[in-house]
Amino acid sequence: MIRDITIGQYYQTDSVLHRLDPRDKLAGTLIFIISLFVAKNVTSYAVATAFLIAVILLSKVPMSFILRGMKAVVIILLITVLFNLFLTPGITFVSFWKIRITYEGMKTAAYTAVRLTYLIIGSSLMTLTTTPNNLTDGLESLMKPLGVFRVPVHEIAMMMSIALRFIPILMEETDKIMKAQLSRGADFESGGLIKRSKALIPLLVPLFVSAFRRANDLAMAMEARCYHGGKGRTKMKPLVYRGSDYIAYAVIIMYFVLIVIAQRVGML
Amino acid sequence: MGIVEIDNIAYEYIRRDEEGNVEGIVRAIDGISLDIKKGEFISILGGNGSGKSTLAKQINAILYPCEGTVYVDGKDTSDEENIWDIRQSAGMVFQNPDNQIIGSVVEEDVGFGPENMGIPTPEIIERVNEALKTLRMYEYRKHSPNRLSGGQKQRVAIAGVVAMHPKCIIMDESTAMLDPIGRKEVIRAARALNDVEKVTIILITHYMEETIYSDRIVVMDKGRVAMTGTPKEIFSRVDELKKLRLSVPQSTALAYELKKRGVRLGEGILSGKELVTALCRSYATM
Ligand SMILES: Nc1ncnc2c1ncn2[C@@H]1O[C@H](COP(=O)(O)OP(=O)(O)O)[C@@H](O)[C@H]1O
Ligand SMILES: [Mg+2]
Repeated sequence: MIRDITIGQYYQTDSVLHRLDPRDKLAGTLIFIISLFVAKNVTSYAVATAFLIAVILLSKVPMSFILRGMKAVVIILLITVLFNLFLTPGITFVSFWKIRITYEGMKTAAYTAVRLTYLIIGSSLMTLTTTPNNLTDGLESLMKPLGVFRVPVHEIAMMMSIALRFIPILMEETDKIMKAQLSRGADFESGGLIKRSKALIPLLVPLFVSAFRRANDLAMAMEARCYHGGKGRTKMKPLVYRGSDYIAYAVIIMYFVLIVIAQRVGML
Repeated sequence: MGIVEIDNIAYEYIRRDEEGNVEGIVRAIDGISLDIKKGEFISILGGNGSGKSTLAKQINAILYPCEGTVYVDGKDTSDEENIWDIRQSAGMVFQNPDNQIIGSVVEEDVGFGPENMGIPTPEIIERVNEALKTLRMYEYRKHSPNRLSGGQKQRVAIAGVVAMHPKCIIMDESTAMLDPIGRKEVIRAARALNDVEKVTIILITHYMEETIYSDRIVVMDKGRVAMTGTPKEIFSRVDELKKLRLSVPQSTALAYELKKRGVRLGEGILSGKELVTALCRSYATM
């Protein structure tokens, strides 16, 4: 099941979008998400749709791969849509028994569905085209001004990248412990919710113990290699903007201006 | 003057309960003096809990002694100001390869140390490539560490230390979790660093076979130095080694037993090859 979630996954290929600076993609995604909340009519959504299709084509990530990520959130999407559909007050479209569907409800439901879908596709496009390392580097660089407010930006980024490094190791370990406990007769599958959660204890306890030991070892190894926070630290691969990155910024700003105009002069 | 000078040190782990009262004291190091010369290859042998790791951490300024002083490259480890200099000149490789690799890409991990030292970007790249080539891991520079073998991971860890241009490298049981091939790889790498780059190596292990190439062996027991000497000297004292629960290499043990039964063999035979030559010679002169 975990495998189905494509949000946060990287799709290896070579495209314009893959080569873009991560800061571009982070800022771009943020602007795109804001634009979805600015847009409230058909014209502006048409602009957003065109932009999203263009970006998907540029990314060279197959549509099937992007849609696979949608599967994990389809239920949330459905619930939100149904809520909007049945609970929005306004002029009645149809009504039967105790349920009433309004024109307004239909409209908000449709917009919410589109907005959520675009939001998810937009943000998964960012992670699909950016390696996790690159993403943390980008985040660190963009959040640097927050350091003024004593936000530990470097530490947050370091924690993220260490988490990314250890996720596969811990997954493997979970698998190993699970097999070890299964071979001792542990049963993770049968019984009700309570019984199944109880069965997880012999899995989680050794996993936590080992994770803490690893954390301890790693902290010592980092200190032994002169790690002392972000102060005075240099980068092996610093982020440097190239020409294409400035163009990308210009494009995304133009897109946002277009959305605002479409919202003002557009119809519906 | 030696690169590492340990002057009569002691170290105690103090265990406290929740209120902060002292619950127990473990005297892990109990009066050790040791002088390690520049370019030396020194091995530290000892059973579990004999204080090897505790000693190693003193040299890297992760711990500092309760009594006595440790000087690394002339600098006192208990002085806060020297801490980063000391960690740069005395690098440490640990036991578990997974728990000491920080980067998700081999070359990024090797760059971690130089980044912390504030080396300018072009020089970091130069150092990383050079270190990876020395450890013969250059072709794996873009790989994820997760897919490497144990021996390769340890070599990446060593490269990470080498990129910091240390004068001395401490390997704390860095071969303990590896298969025989991985162990050979790591020992060969350590010897090459010592021979070619003239880096001082402090090899901590409980596999005696790994120590036969060292200039000097220090055997530890209960926080003290139990024996020191060249491999030949140490390996001829089989009974004492056994008493310290150390396993002696098979050929050494065999030679020892044969000698006890009157076969004339030279002192301190370390490898199967040496044993065969010695036996042939002894047979020829009979
Ligand atoms: N963090 C610690 N807290 C308390 N006691 C410790 C700690 N680490 C090691 N010791 C004790 O110190 C002694 C020496 O341990 P160590 O240096 O790890 O030995 P070695 O590496 O030779 O196996 C042991 O008796 C051990 O139990
Ligand atoms: Mg140890």
